[in-house]
Amino acid sequence: MSAELLSPLPIKRTCPYAPPAEHRRLREEQPIAKVQLPNGRIAWAVTRHEHIRAVLSDPRFSSNRRDPGFPSLSHEPPPSSDLKPLLLEMDPPEHGQARRGVLGEFTVQRTQALGPRIQQIVDQHIDAMLAGPKPVDLVQAFSLPVPSLVICELLGVPYADHEFFQTRSSALVNQKTPAEEIARAVGELMMYLGRLVAAKAESPTDDLLGRQIAKQRESGAVHYEDLVSMAFLLLIAGHETTANMISLSTLVLLQQPDKLAALQRDPSKTIAAVEELLRYFTIAEHALGRVAREDVELGGVRIGAGEGVLLLANTANRDPAVFGDADELDLERGSRNHLAFGFGPHQCLGQNLARLELQIVIDTLFRRIPGLRPAVPVDELPFKDETTVYGIREFPVTW
Amino acid sequence: MRVRIDESKCCGAGQCVMIAPRVFDQRDDGIVILLDAAPPTELHAAVREAACVCPGAAIALDERT
Repeated sequence: MSAELLSPLPIKRTCPYAPPAEHRRLREEQPIAKVQLPNGRIAWAVTRHEHIRAVLSDPRFSSNRRDPGFPSLSHEPPPSSDLKPLLLEMDPPEHGQARRGVLGEFTVQRTQALGPRIQQIVDQHIDAMLAGPKPVDLVQAFSLPVPSLVICELLGVPYADHEFFQTRSSALVNQKTPAEEIARAVGELMMYLGRLVAAKAESPTDDLLGRQIAKQRESGAVHYEDLVSMAFLLLIAGHETTANMISLSTLVLLQQPDKLAALQRDPSKTIAAVEELLRYFTIAEHALGRVAREDVELGGVRIGAGEGVLLLANTANRDPAVFGDADELDLERGSRNHLAFGFGPHQCLGQNLARLELQIVIDTLFRRIPGLRPAVPVDELPFKDETTVYGIREFPVTW
Repeated sequence: MRVRIDESKCCGAGQCVMIAPRVFDQRDDGIVILLDAAPPTELHAAVREAACVCPGAAIALDERT
């Protein structure tokens, strides 16, 4: 690539609710632009809805995160991992086969069956908040533990191990955790998941891991390492993302009380509201990337084999070609044509679970804590700028 | 409107089932089932949305019939 105008990424936001203005400029003027990543490498930033959909549907772009051309916002080189490739790193034909092996665990029907248990987890955490001191950090008291326990439920982590599981997984997703502690938490979780899979192979249980083991056994051999990778992926993909969406959704609804009131008057509007909150925040703003396997022509630009492509879905989800009044949070918009869960064959496997968790949280939290409000001025909240997944580090609330 | 599905492209995201549950369902393994290949007019908007957001482009519509 020649050295033209290079925008360094990531860019700090000026408004906590909107992508940086520079991303909007790129979308309008240079929708496929060369950018400089923190590790010094050059990649293409794609900011229009139609182009991102095209890349994510095109098998000429690879999901292999261990490829040196894969765009990363980390300063570090990609870790040489002992983990078997995660679903999100795989390409065809391996990916389709592996994904089909677990799809049945994420059907709409199976997801909805988790509803009562999610409601119980949400209620228990609200009970604890109401019984405890205030102000309290919503992130630690509610946003992080709720999805963590939902993952425990999904995987079939026994109740006695919930605390172990939660402390390790929260260390893993906490930005303040020192690197060596993260490495230890990963090691402990992997060991734990390995033991969990072995225990379930010994005495099968009716949960995701138990059913996967039974299914694999029927077709020959149980692939323990694949199951540990799978469990670990669910943990990292479903924990912090959902937590950040809970915190941000709570904040924006508290900031726009007329919209919250309208929602509370008619809970049937929650489904559309969740969809709009997903579009509006698109928190995995730096998580979508691909690397070209061959030369590809995209929107009049030639992307060379081996070059990385960073897909700024957050900016594309404000693309005026697709969404009218795109910067407005319109809880009745009801559009599902957003890229918050990605697009193409890798689109988020747990998307309907995430939707259900958010729906239950929104229907319950404000009803049970009617006076809920931020305990500090909102402009003092520590937002997670310059991270792969956007969110709030700490959100003191009172009521 | 005629609806066709391509099971080989289905990636089981389940969006069609959420949007148009009278037209689409899922097998136990997550793959789409077409319940109604000629849905009534009142469902057309939902079916179009399902086809538009399908991440695998597994839903094809023929609007001539």
